Amino acid sequence: MSPILEISDLSVAYRADGGDVHAVEHVSLTLNPGEVVGLCGESGSGKSTLAYGAMRLLRPPALITSGSVRYSGRRITSGGDPVDILTMSHRELHKIRWRETAIVFQSAMNALNPVLRIEDQILDGIRAHLKMPRHEAKEKAASLIDLVGIPRDRLRAYPHELSGGMRQRVMIAMALAADPEVVIMDEPTTALDVVVQRDILSQIVELKERLGFAVLFITHDLSLLLELADRIAVMYAGRLMETGAAQVLMRDPAHPYTEGLLNSFPSLRGPRRDLNGIPGVPPDLRDTKPGCPFIPRCGFATDACSSVDMSLEPVTGSVTARTADGRHLTACPIVSPEELREATEKARQARQVSKEASPEKAASQEGVRS
Amino acid sequence: MKSGFFAGIANIWRNLPGKAKVGVWLFGFFVLAAVIGPEVAPYAPGAQTPLTQAAPSAQHWFGTTQTGQDVLSQVLTGIRLTLELALLVGVIVTVISVLVGVSSAYLGGVWDDVLSLITNVFLVIPALPLLIVLLGYLSDQGQTSTIVVLSLLGWPWGARVIRAQTLTIRGRDFIAASRETGEKTWRIIGFEVIPNEVSLIAASFVNTVLYAIGASVALAFVGLTNVTTWSLGTILYWAQNDSALQGGAWWWFVPAGLAVALIGTSLVLLNSGIDELGSPRLRATRGTARVAGHRIWPTDPTPVLAQLEAEPGRLGSFLHSFSRASVLQETSAGGNR
Repeated sequence: MSPILEISDLSVAYRADGGDVHAVEHVSLTLNPGEVVGLCGESGSGKSTLAYGAMRLLRPPALITSGSVRYSGRRITSGGDPVDILTMSHRELHKIRWRETAIVFQSAMNALNPVLRIEDQILDGIRAHLKMPRHEAKEKAASLIDLVGIPRDRLRAYPHELSGGMRQRVMIAMALAADPEVVIMDEPTTALDVVVQRDILSQIVELKERLGFAVLFITHDLSLLLELADRIAVMYAGRLMETGAAQVLMRDPAHPYTEGLLNSFPSLRGPRRDLNGIPGVPPDLRDTKPGCPFIPRCGFATDACSSVDMSLEPVTGSVTARTADGRHLTACPIVSPEELREATEKARQARQVSKEASPEKAASQEGVRS
Repeated sequence: MKSGFFAGIANIWRNLPGKAKVGVWLFGFFVLAAVIGPEVAPYAPGAQTPLTQAAPSAQHWFGTTQTGQDVLSQVLTGIRLTLELALLVGVIVTVISVLVGVSSAYLGGVWDDVLSLITNVFLVIPALPLLIVLLGYLSDQGQTSTIVVLSLLGWPWGARVIRAQTLTIRGRDFIAASRETGEKTWRIIGFEVIPNEVSLIAASFVNTVLYAIGASVALAFVGLTNVTTWSLGTILYWAQNDSALQGGAWWWFVPAGLAVALIGTSLVLLNSGIDELGSPRLRATRGTARVAGHRIWPTDPTPVLAQLEAEPGRLGSFLHSFSRASVLQETSAGGNR
């Protein structure tokens, strides 16, 4: 299966007085038709910059410094060679945006115009890209709003008359209006409560099954992705750390950073365990130190880490053999999944022992952690 | 600290659009003329020479009036009075309009009702006829009364605009947050609200100065000021009084008129740079919107560095076509074309 969107070696920098801020560095990521790829990482790790940069939506001082973004949608290429979004002109981009690649923006409150009715906003988009008579466009808008589970009479509502969840759904409906092949969702559920969040996520999955678009789902909530995504890409300091199938990544993380992320939130169904988080703060993105950007926060860091070239290599070792998935890639050639697992296990036991030895000290630590 | 301040000024200057820079230079020139003008003037403005109504010459650069006064000296002296009056009116009007606008919007309630009413009443008073009536009625027609009258009639425009802006700022979350942290009202107004309006206030100041120059020149022209003093307006008054136009003495009124026009132009140009001054975000993007010789607009697709470097910008390639390097390139590639 050929990928529908192939981001390769993409670098994006923000020009600043103190030197370029390298927000995304040599990132390669593919999106297959009908696939949900989750992109996760801490705040400021370059998730949104990667997605918006690939769509060329970033404003100055952003600058794409290397790479290519090849798109091969049915309508555009008609089976021929993929087109490179990075070499497109203003006009070509206009054709592709929304029609081929739609974006669900982060905050629905700001993305919707407060003085226009929902219907008019959807119609605006439809009529900008699809040539259809007004009554047909209206019908289309109504069916879209149906699609995301909002009653039709709400079409006449203004954004402030809708709840946060409904607004987010309207955004999703608008993104789907032109039947795009790639939908980028930038933290679409971050501001919502878990019940509505769950509701919208299951709707996204259902719509995806029905309409067959591919999703690039950006979030900092790894637990969400474990359920939603087919594949997950973990970003840190503008670089991809690890990619792999969601289940594999959850069970056998190959990069210490992923391990740290997984240890930062409680599992709903698994056994009770201590949460560690990741000590320290992300690095300054103006630095261009060679090697792994995670060194200062990594428990496994060695001298060899500073000469790592951060390219993604297939994970090797017995754990991978068990999962039998060749697409599990990691940027860390130093630590193997087995070592990672062992170390985590050891740390867990050590804490267990100390907790039994001095319960009150452990309790106070617990307090600090929470 | 001091170096930081100057570095900040230098940074603002660097990021200023070209129009505003022209405005700064032009306005600076007139301020300089106002400061040193009367001292460097070759003659006393009222001194009569035997050469009457003479065209510009080496002796009298701008020619002389009907009574043989040197026009250049009059203009150099007159700029000071006009600019002084305009800047003073600008300061007074800006202070009044900020006080009235901010307090009526921020305090709300009865305050807002009363202050808005006063503002609106002053707004509908037809300014120029009232100015003429007032100044005609006042016994002292000097500089001071002109300033007072112009200030009294000039403030409601700025107050309205600033009130509207304050209303939107007052509703924002950071004001609620600072009230929550227990900041005093005057501190919220002075440190949270007003910094957000700097560009608006500055624009209002510049517009007021413009208005004051226009109005004061007009008043002087119709004779409603002390016509024995020298300002750009009184020069025009005497020129008109002594039929300079009929006599074909263009050098008498053109310099003063041109000075008024140029001061006005410089203020309008200055206004275009004020937005940047008030908004750090605008400042940040403008300075960096130029990459590899290309100007990048916020609505452009994100530029790709390799493409920008591959083709020089339109202006850059235009200039390059004149350069020696391009000639060498063309001859080596295209032979003896």
